[in-house]
Amino acid sequence: MMGVNDPPRGRLAIRELERGIVSRATVDAFLAAHDFPIVEGTSVTFVWRGDASAVNLRHWIYGLPSSQPLRRIAHSDLWCVTVQLPESSRVEYKFEIVYGNQRQWIEDPLNDDRARDPFGANSVCHTAGHEEPDWTREDPDARPGTMEEITVDSEALGGPRTVQLYYPARYRTTRRYPLVVAHDGPDYLNYSGLKTILDNLIHRLEIPGMIVALIDSERRLVEYADYEPHDRFVAEELVPQLERDLPLEGTRSGRCLMGASFGAVACFSAAVRYPDLFGRLLLQSGSFAFSDVGVNERGPVFDSVVDLVNRYRDEPVRIADRVFVSCGTYESLIYENRSLVPLLQAAGMDIRYVEARDGHNWENWRDRLREGLSWLYPGPLWMVYE
Amino acid sequence: MTLTAVASSLKSHEPCASGKRKLILLGPQRTSPNLAAVMDAQGIRGKIAVVTAGWQEREEEVEELHHHLRDDTVPLRLHFRAQRAFDADPDLSKRHRKRQAVLRRLQRLYDVRLGHAMAAVTELELRPGDDDVLCESRAEALQAVSDLDREHVARVQAVHDEHESLLDLANREVVQRERHEIGELIGESVALAIAGGHVAVLLNRLRLFDILGLLPETLPVIGWSAGAMVMTERVILYHDSPPQGAGNAEVMETGLGLALNLVALPHAQRRLRLDDPDRVSRFARRMLPARCVILDDGGAVILDQNGWTAETGVRMLTSEGTVREMAT
Repeated sequence: MMGVNDPPRGRLAIRELERGIVSRATVDAFLAAHDFPIVEGTSVTFVWRGDASAVNLRHWIYGLPSSQPLRRIAHSDLWCVTVQLPESSRVEYKFEIVYGNQRQWIEDPLNDDRARDPFGANSVCHTAGHEEPDWTREDPDARPGTMEEITVDSEALGGPRTVQLYYPARYRTTRRYPLVVAHDGPDYLNYSGLKTILDNLIHRLEIPGMIVALIDSERRLVEYADYEPHDRFVAEELVPQLERDLPLEGTRSGRCLMGASFGAVACFSAAVRYPDLFGRLLLQSGSFAFSDVGVNERGPVFDSVVDLVNRYRDEPVRIADRVFVSCGTYESLIYENRSLVPLLQAAGMDIRYVEARDGHNWENWRDRLREGLSWLYPGPLWMVYE
Repeated sequence: MTLTAVASSLKSHEPCASGKRKLILLGPQRTSPNLAAVMDAQGIRGKIAVVTAGWQEREEEVEELHHHLRDDTVPLRLHFRAQRAFDADPDLSKRHRKRQAVLRRLQRLYDVRLGHAMAAVTELELRPGDDDVLCESRAEALQAVSDLDREHVARVQAVHDEHESLLDLANREVVQRERHEIGELIGESVALAIAGGHVAVLLNRLRLFDILGLLPETLPVIGWSAGAMVMTERVILYHDSPPQGAGNAEVMETGLGLALNLVALPHAQRRLRLDDPDRVSRFARRMLPARCVILDDGGAVILDQNGWTAETGVRMLTSEGTVREMAT
């Protein structure tokens, strides 16, 4: 059960502060005595100090109003709001500071925990029970893989494309590796720590050594939205070239597409167009908008996605063998992802669907990679003791 | 190095060696190698025949090992030899693949049964109370798992027996030619060292060339990680926190049977939840009467027919759910 500004239960720290005389000195002491935001059970108190006309908590929790006003504690420059959040939640937020007609979004100066993304950074709040997985951090024992940049000439897209390749540690041309094509590859590297995670999971034997092709698009909202030339680039240009040049398995089960948000849509559309080519899909928070009746309300950028998903909903077919689907319960896309799963199952595919109390962000996608990759490609964990 | 000897008053079911040879079981060698030091302490000096088949396609990358053993290694190249034999004798390759497919299927089916049997054990352990009826049911549930383990090992052995006549290794020229060369290399050596890696591949290659049959009866054998596992009577696969599945330890099949009454657990610190008394106790009781010996970095256990000695710090799982030094 989640709510905002519910009456706080028990004696919250902020209430204890307010019971006494609030002075500059007591506020100083309060700030020095706590980590922020203050997590007390399911109550989370966000605090900002300073002069302003108003302060709002801006977060990305679907189902709650996206802007929550902080109230000013009497006779002080301290602002606060207490929100109820379930355990094991991870929430990204900012403060909106209002000075007259001016509005400024800032990260929480009392909280050092940040999540970066292509648009900048957000402050991060973890409730009890949420921990950053240890396999996301660099492990000095893990042998590092290597990266290489190549260029793939694309007739389909009308010019060359840069692709980064990840090679696992102890790469050998005498072996055959599965190929994973990661959409928004540079973002996976920069904001989800994909290379570190691959190094760690391979070191831990939880996934086999694999080659990952990290692709990118400067027009992703077009090229990832059921865009035939992009699907042709992946299926008829990129994959054949890599399979010609590298020691890849070259089988359906040895080919995987992965992506998040619109990147997941790109995986899905390529798999729909080439249903015999890819055996594995890893779809994270896919923007699988559809309309049962009426028109799509998400805007014109989603129009072709809605057409794609509506067509698939009318006639679900097998487009892979194993599909891992994940989504955050605080995302607006949770409904669309939940709706997709039974369709994929009904089409005879092996589906693993995972939800997390998190939002539409790169750390949510990072934290699901172990479960997703190791389910799609189980490593030799049980057999290898080096 | 400090070795603690407790072998003089050998009790039944104590770890020991099956024959006259000395056996050395070690932990992983990647970060803190103790292979050379332990061999020095045991007076083993000279050429060492090494098996690195568990490294599969990296079998030949023995530079570090060679350097660690002061350039006195004789690689037996079992993985390479097996591939050469398969290439030269397609019928052997075909029959071998067929057997391996049966073994994999058998392991998957055992895994299904094991999951249910272990779920019963866990559920009964979680029920409150310790009256006689409940305790007896708990013991029987665990016994059912042990029985299942034994049945599985017997079925795997039956598959090996059934395929033995089909494979007819003793009369396969390509196999015997390789075996002859291997025997000559072992003849030049003062010990056999078996590295870790893929435990099933390693055991398979050791069996393919019947390496045990080539060893002089007093030739010491040293194994680390998977190499130590294959030296025991039963190979146990384990991981308490895998990314998928319940993490139930599985019996794979019989090992070479050199080290008796011992389950070798390399990387236990990383693979097992040693701070979970229920899991530790369950594991230890399931493997009885064998002792479950942790072989982490720096670990060393030496066995001969009279018993065992363990380096200080080598620990074992207990039925009470604790982890204690083997020497105490």
